[in-house]
Amino acid sequence: MNVHVKYRVAKSKLAQAVIVLLAFIITLPLLAIIIYIFREGITRINWTFLTHIPKPVGETGGGIVNALIGSVLIVLAASVMAIPIGVMGGIYLSENKNSRLSYWSRLAVDVLQGVPSIVIGIVVYFWIVKPIGSFSAFSGSVALAIMMLPILIRSTEETLKLIPDSLKEAGLALGLPYHKVILRVIVPCGMSGIISGIMLSIARIAGETAPLLFTAFGNPYLNTNLAKPMQSLPLLIFNYATSPYDEWHDLAWGAALILLFTVLLLNIITKLTTRRWNVQL
Amino acid sequence: MIEDETWGSKRVNRSHGQIRAEALFKRSLVIIGFSMLVLVLGILLTLIIESIPSLKHLGVKYLWGKTWDPVNNVYGAFPFLLGTLLTSFLALIISIPFSFAIAIYLGEYNPKGWLSNFLKNTVELIAAVPSVIYGFWGLIVLVPMVRALETKLGVLPYGIGIFTAALILAIMIIPYAASLGREMIRLVPSPLKEAAYSLGATRFEVIRNVVLPYTRSGLFAGILLSLGRALGETMAVTMVIGNTSLIPTSIFAPGNTMASVIANEFTEADHTVYLSALIELGLVLFIVTVIINMAGKRIIKRFTNE
Repeated sequence: MNVHVKYRVAKSKLAQAVIVLLAFIITLPLLAIIIYIFREGITRINWTFLTHIPKPVGETGGGIVNALIGSVLIVLAASVMAIPIGVMGGIYLSENKNSRLSYWSRLAVDVLQGVPSIVIGIVVYFWIVKPIGSFSAFSGSVALAIMMLPILIRSTEETLKLIPDSLKEAGLALGLPYHKVILRVIVPCGMSGIISGIMLSIARIAGETAPLLFTAFGNPYLNTNLAKPMQSLPLLIFNYATSPYDEWHDLAWGAALILLFTVLLLNIITKLTTRRWNVQL
Repeated sequence: MIEDETWGSKRVNRSHGQIRAEALFKRSLVIIGFSMLVLVLGILLTLIIESIPSLKHLGVKYLWGKTWDPVNNVYGAFPFLLGTLLTSFLALIISIPFSFAIAIYLGEYNPKGWLSNFLKNTVELIAAVPSVIYGFWGLIVLVPMVRALETKLGVLPYGIGIFTAALILAIMIIPYAASLGREMIRLVPSPLKEAAYSLGATRFEVIRNVVLPYTRSGLFAGILLSLGRALGETMAVTMVIGNTSLIPTSIFAPGNTMASVIANEFTEADHTVYLSALIELGLVLFIVTVIINMAGKRIIKRFTNE
C-alpha cells in the first residue's frame, strides 16, 4: 500500500472516531441531569412531602400535594378536551386526503405544531382569563389541550393511513353505515397507534410551564376547583427554583424528580407498547 | 299483513336513523377539520388585535428602539431581538457538530444493533425532558461552571447570561436536527454509495462526497426545525439568562429573549401599551417561528418525494 492510501484510510478511521465520540457525548448531559435530580430529589420525598401543602417561607417541611393534584387535574381536563377532537381531526385528515379544506386543515395543524408555547399562553389569556376576569385551571387546560392537538391529529392520521382500504371496503360492502365502519372497524385496527399518540401527547404537555404562567397561574394552597387558579408541578418548580429560599429549593428538587420520572416513564412505556404491538401486527 | 308492514316501516326508520347518523358523523368530521383552520387564524388575529395599541402608539420603530423602560413608558424591542438571535444562533452553532455526528452515526456507521438503539432512545429522551427541568439543572449546575470559566477568561463572572442559555438550548435542540438527519441519511440510495466504494473511496470519503451532498437540503431542514424550537423556547432560557433589558455587550452578559421577557413581565404589565408591546413581541415570535417551521417542512417534503 502506498503512503497516500494509508493516509486516506487513517483519515477515515480518525473521522469515524471523532464522529462516534461526538455522537455519544449527548448521553452525558442526560445522565448528569437524571443522576443529579435523582440524588437531590430522593432525600426530599417522604410521606409528608406527598400529602402536605408547602409551608410559608422560613419554615422547613411541607409538601407539594397541591401541585400533584393540580397537575393531574389540569392534564386530565386537557386530555378530556383534546383527545376526542384530536382523534376526530386525525380521522378527517386520513379520510380526506386531497380535498381543498383538508389541505388547509393539514397546513393549520403543521403551523400549530410550531407555535411557541408561550404564545399559546398569551392567546388563551385573552380568550378565557380576561373575559372571565380571573386566572383558572380550566384556562390552563385549554392551553395544554391546544398543544396536544397537533400531536394527536398527526399520530392518528399516520396510523389510520397504514390500514388497508380493503377493510373499509369490506365493511361498506356489508352495508354498514360509514360512521360504523370508521368507529367499529378502522379505529379499533389503529387503536395501538392512537393510544401511543395519546400517551405521547400527555407526556409532552405534562411538563409544560410556559402556557400555564398566564392561565392556571399557580396557587400556594390546595385547590380542586377548575374555575380557580391552581398549582401544577412545572409551575411550582419554576417559581420555587427561581426563589432565593433554600426550603423552597428543597420542594422544587422533590417536585423535579417526580415530574422528570413521570415524563420519562410515560415516554418509555409508549415506546415499549408500540414496539410490542408492531411485532404482533 | 299488518305485522309485516310495521316490521317494514321499522326497518325503514332504522335505516333512516343510520343515514342521519352517517351524515352527522361526516359533517362533524368536516367541522373539526375546519375548526383547526379557525383555531390558527384565531391565534393570529388575537395577537394582531391585541398588539394594535402598541402598533399605533410606538409604530414600526418599536422593533429597533434600544431602550426598554416601562416605568418611563419607553419601549424598544431591540435588546430582546438581539438576545433571541444571539442565544438561538449560538445554540445552533454549538449543537450542529453533535447533531450531525449523531445523524451520521445512526444513519451510516451503525444503523442497527443495541448500541445505536441506545443512542436513539437517549436522543428521544433528551427531547422529552421538560424545559423547566433543564432550567433548574442549568441554574444550579451549569451556572457555577460557566462562572468558573468566565473567571478564567477574565470577563465579569455573572454565571447567568446569554452563553449559559445557549448551552442549555443547544442540548435541548440537538434531538430535532439529529433524528431528522438520520432519516435523511437513511434515504441515500445504496447504489450511489456502492459506486463510490467500488472506485476505492474510503468510508469517510463516501460520507463526505456522497452522503452529505445528497442529504444537504434535508440536513438544512433539520437545522431550521432546531432553530424554530430554539427561538420559541421559554422556560429554560428565562431561568438562566439573567433577565435584564439592557443590550447585551458580549455573549457572556446577561440579557433577555423575546420569550423570556414575555414570561417575566406579562402578568406585571399594568397598562395597555406595556401589555400590548409584549404581545407584539409574541406576534413577531409567532410569525418568525411559523415561517421557519413551514420552510423546514416544505424542504423535507420536497426531499422525501424525490
